Amino acid sequence: MNYQAGKIDVAVIGAGHAGIEASLAAARLGCKTVVFTINLDAVGNCPCNPSIGGTAKGHLVREIDALGGEMGRTTDECFLQSRMLNRGKGPAVHSLRMQIDRREYSKIMKRKLERQPNLLLKQAEVVAITRGEEGRWNVETRFGAVFEARAVIFATGTYLSGKIFVGEVSYESGPDGMFPAAFLSESLRKLGIRLRRFKTGTPARVLRSSIDFTNLEVQKGDDPVIPFSYDTLVPGKNRAVCYVSWTNEQTKKIILNNLQRSQLFTGGITGIGPRYCPSIETKIIRFADKKRHQLFIEPCGLDTEEMYLQGMSTSLPEEVQIAFYHTIPGLEHVELMRTAYAIEYDCADPQQLNATLEFKDYPGLYGAGQFNGSSGYEEAAAQGFVAGVNAALKILGREPMILSRSSSYIGTLVDDLITKGTEEPYRMMTSRSEYRLVLRQDNADERLTPIGRKIGLISDDRWIRFLKKEEQKKKELARAENTVLPPSKELNGLLVSRETTPVSTGVKLAELIRRPELDYAVLKQVDKARPDISDAVFENVEIALKYEGYIRRQKAQIEEMKRMEGRLLPKDIDYTKIIGLRKEAQEKLAKIRPANIGQASRISGVSPADISVLLIWLEKGRTEK
Amino acid sequence: MKIQYHKSDNTIAAISTAQSPGAIGIVRISGPEAHEIADRVFTSAHGKTISGQRGYTALYGKVHDQNGEIDEAIALNFRAPASFTGEDVVELSCHGGVYVTRHLLKAVLEAGAVPAGPGEFTRRAFLNGKMGLTEAESVMQMIGAQGEQAAKTALAGQGGVLERRIHAVRDLLVSTAAHLSAWADYPDDDIPQVTPEELKISLGKAHSELETMLREFEAGQALREGVDTVIAGRPNAGKSTLMNLLAGCERSIVTQYAGTTRDIVEDTVFLSGIPLHLADTAGLHPTDDPVESIGVGRAFQRIHSAQLVFAVFDGSQELGEDDFNLIQKVHGTPCVAIVNKSDLPKKIDLQYIKDRFRHFVILSATTGKGLDKLRKEVADVLETANLDPSQGILFTERQRDTARRALECVKEAQDALKCGMTFDAITVSIEGAVSALLELTGERVTETVVDSVFHHFCVGK
Repeated sequence: MNYQAGKIDVAVIGAGHAGIEASLAAARLGCKTVVFTINLDAVGNCPCNPSIGGTAKGHLVREIDALGGEMGRTTDECFLQSRMLNRGKGPAVHSLRMQIDRREYSKIMKRKLERQPNLLLKQAEVVAITRGEEGRWNVETRFGAVFEARAVIFATGTYLSGKIFVGEVSYESGPDGMFPAAFLSESLRKLGIRLRRFKTGTPARVLRSSIDFTNLEVQKGDDPVIPFSYDTLVPGKNRAVCYVSWTNEQTKKIILNNLQRSQLFTGGITGIGPRYCPSIETKIIRFADKKRHQLFIEPCGLDTEEMYLQGMSTSLPEEVQIAFYHTIPGLEHVELMRTAYAIEYDCADPQQLNATLEFKDYPGLYGAGQFNGSSGYEEAAAQGFVAGVNAALKILGREPMILSRSSSYIGTLVDDLITKGTEEPYRMMTSRSEYRLVLRQDNADERLTPIGRKIGLISDDRWIRFLKKEEQKKKELARAENTVLPPSKELNGLLVSRETTPVSTGVKLAELIRRPELDYAVLKQVDKARPDISDAVFENVEIALKYEGYIRRQKAQIEEMKRMEGRLLPKDIDYTKIIGLRKEAQEKLAKIRPANIGQASRISGVSPADISVLLIWLEKGRTEK
Repeated sequence: MKIQYHKSDNTIAAISTAQSPGAIGIVRISGPEAHEIADRVFTSAHGKTISGQRGYTALYGKVHDQNGEIDEAIALNFRAPASFTGEDVVELSCHGGVYVTRHLLKAVLEAGAVPAGPGEFTRRAFLNGKMGLTEAESVMQMIGAQGEQAAKTALAGQGGVLERRIHAVRDLLVSTAAHLSAWADYPDDDIPQVTPEELKISLGKAHSELETMLREFEAGQALREGVDTVIAGRPNAGKSTLMNLLAGCERSIVTQYAGTTRDIVEDTVFLSGIPLHLADTAGLHPTDDPVESIGVGRAFQRIHSAQLVFAVFDGSQELGEDDFNLIQKVHGTPCVAIVNKSDLPKKIDLQYIKDRFRHFVILSATTGKGLDKLRKEVADVLETANLDPSQGILFTERQRDTARRALECVKEAQDALKCGMTFDAITVSIEGAVSALLELTGERVTETVVDSVFHHFCVGK
């Protein structure tokens, strides 16, 4: 009943945010790629919040785009509202977030996959992965098709043995009422892959016309809109607004009275949920003295009346959900369209992977997204891109793309997952990066576009624009350093009005920009010879000047880390044979098998003394040879 | 986590002689900047630089820190690869005594070296092919054992008190960093705004606690290792009698003839629980006796490098030229003035002494009257009076180094705050301080901050 469906290069299992980037990257690099999805209407689905980006996530989207990925472009095409978060808190934490039309997003992505040469989008449930000939893998679908693939990328999201919980009710299911992938877990276990169980949840969708907006605070988008993609030359306009409301003592009372009806507390749910994305019942218990919790009411799209209740995810029974939603101002008569639910799913321990996201013990198998224990569309897309590019590069016999922590949030994400592992669904945050002032969203192109170009995912047109921008930055930086402004009345008047010390001699433009009270915008009237270049260039130069000292220091730290990462550890080290290593370190090193000393130093349980021992061991091997 | 690794990355320094009173103390510096760093603390008597010399040469001169001269020293100069570690090495030999050697090490660290890790000189020697495999394996075992010990005992040496103290500063900084992170990472959540005032208070607290710990390190060192103390005064002022009183036995040769003590006599006595490494010096007065004049010269030198001076005056005599000379010489050195011979009729101008010394005692070295007052003044001058070792004090040079780095980062954050830098930059400095402190406890910054965010703030959607 099984049949040979043909030989392909890359099989991608799942067409969510990870699967999309993985399959597009592989196909664009010339690999014959098939992407499987359980339901063709769920390509690029957003089963949780209808938005892309946010703190650190916005950085990820910018970085995916800078490398030649798709998420940023598509978001720019269908956003409803755009906001740059954290303005005023410093350039390291500026983060872009866009509310999107989720059906539109899905439609555009499906279209892009369909039109991509070398790529076949297919509705099928993958039920088994087995070893094939010559290092290939057999990918078997429910209907008996067997594809022989040189690489397989698991991007299974919450579909893998998914199980939904609403109060006392639970059943096997994927997200948004989709079928789950019911058989694949068993096949992976048979291969020897370690799986674990995580949990996440989503709030209800409610009918817009049943909401009373009269007293709700309105949240508007930015003007002008800054796009995600470096390809978006003319950004679109904001088309919708969001609303803010709050829970109260009454909400709390209803939830506390019904806790015994949530399987989160009765033990029905064993999967580990994310701390940063707690259900409302978890928030109320953990922060018992907090009187109220904020929620956002966000549109799911322009052609739907569904509204999303951000911050109100729950696993309580439907009737309790209705009761407590009704206590919230504006939602007194709200009608539920989709009930909030918790979902458990299988995922792999990411410490089994190396930095290309390939399984260390299963060459040709890759993991991405929730399958690797992360959470979030952006985290998924970033890993999908890394896995897809590396699967293709390996097939093409090219050098892998390994992004270091110091290059990007993507590199930090991958390194955290594979080196430290994660005990809960992993979310990106700016505080996860030690190089925040260097890894900004405004310079993602500077950091990564050359890499994307080298891989082959940056078009000529885009590359020329990039080079031009870099040239402009360099020129403007030099101009700021070389332009001396005389101590004119106009200048000093301006300085005094900004409460900063006036000057008695000529002063360099760069020196003025370095003053915290001043910036390019303020200095416009006295900086007469300013060239006609984009705001993005001025922004970048301004940050480079203002944060020069910090950036220099972080770059020095990066250099130090690079030296450590340059000391490679062979794959086949028997750590138990290394004299002087502590037992805990031996076990951790044997499990994670770090690629280099830098990575080894980041493993918890490996001390500086252990690193010294490793260095001696490495050196010993060298002198013996 | 900061890891010292391989030869060419940094320059290390440590005291390489036993840390007990001895004839000579050596500070060894090894690494690419060994010569440059040594030149920053060493000035040769003939105006030569260590960097300018070939290997296997020695220079005579003086070592100093920013505050001035520490001691005379010999600088031995080795060039890579012809040295113990195979790197550029300088060995600075000064007069023995824990205090002087420590003082010199501190100066070397301030000049850019980092404290050597356990077995690090040996490890470098191995890495540079200066040592065989068998030897190296034992070094590895040693490092491993020390790592194990460090991981287990970390700072528990003092019943975990020091650890708790460091944790208190760490927690303060971590919660500040966590608040900043939560505020930045969850802009839409209901996180209280971080205000400059709040930051100022937290940073101020961390600043003063770290400063206190560093100050106590110095005082604590006095308790642990003793204090180089010089007894100085004009001939026959009663220096040797005082020494004998403190030592409780006849140590110096005591005669009624001025100038009996010609060399420096050393002994260690305990006063208020503080070990004082006493050096009884020759009387300070111009002399034609060549032997005695060497003694006088050394006495002045010792005063300069001492951690504590007992300036002894004869209360039964009027102040003379030698006394004025001494008063001038001890200026700037921690000092207790002792007006001796209170059992005899008083002739000295007591007001003159009072005006010039913050700490002074009227004492009879013969009867021991006034000794209690001396104990109190010593504790005051060494700042050990308010120091309770059971409260946990920094123990090693490495601990001091991390605390100092933490303090520098805190200061940087305070400066940035003052001049209006954005909070993301300030966060970087605060995390630098946390990172320095976590080096002592073996934790990692980002995880610690992230955990704290979830613990203290209700965030997420």
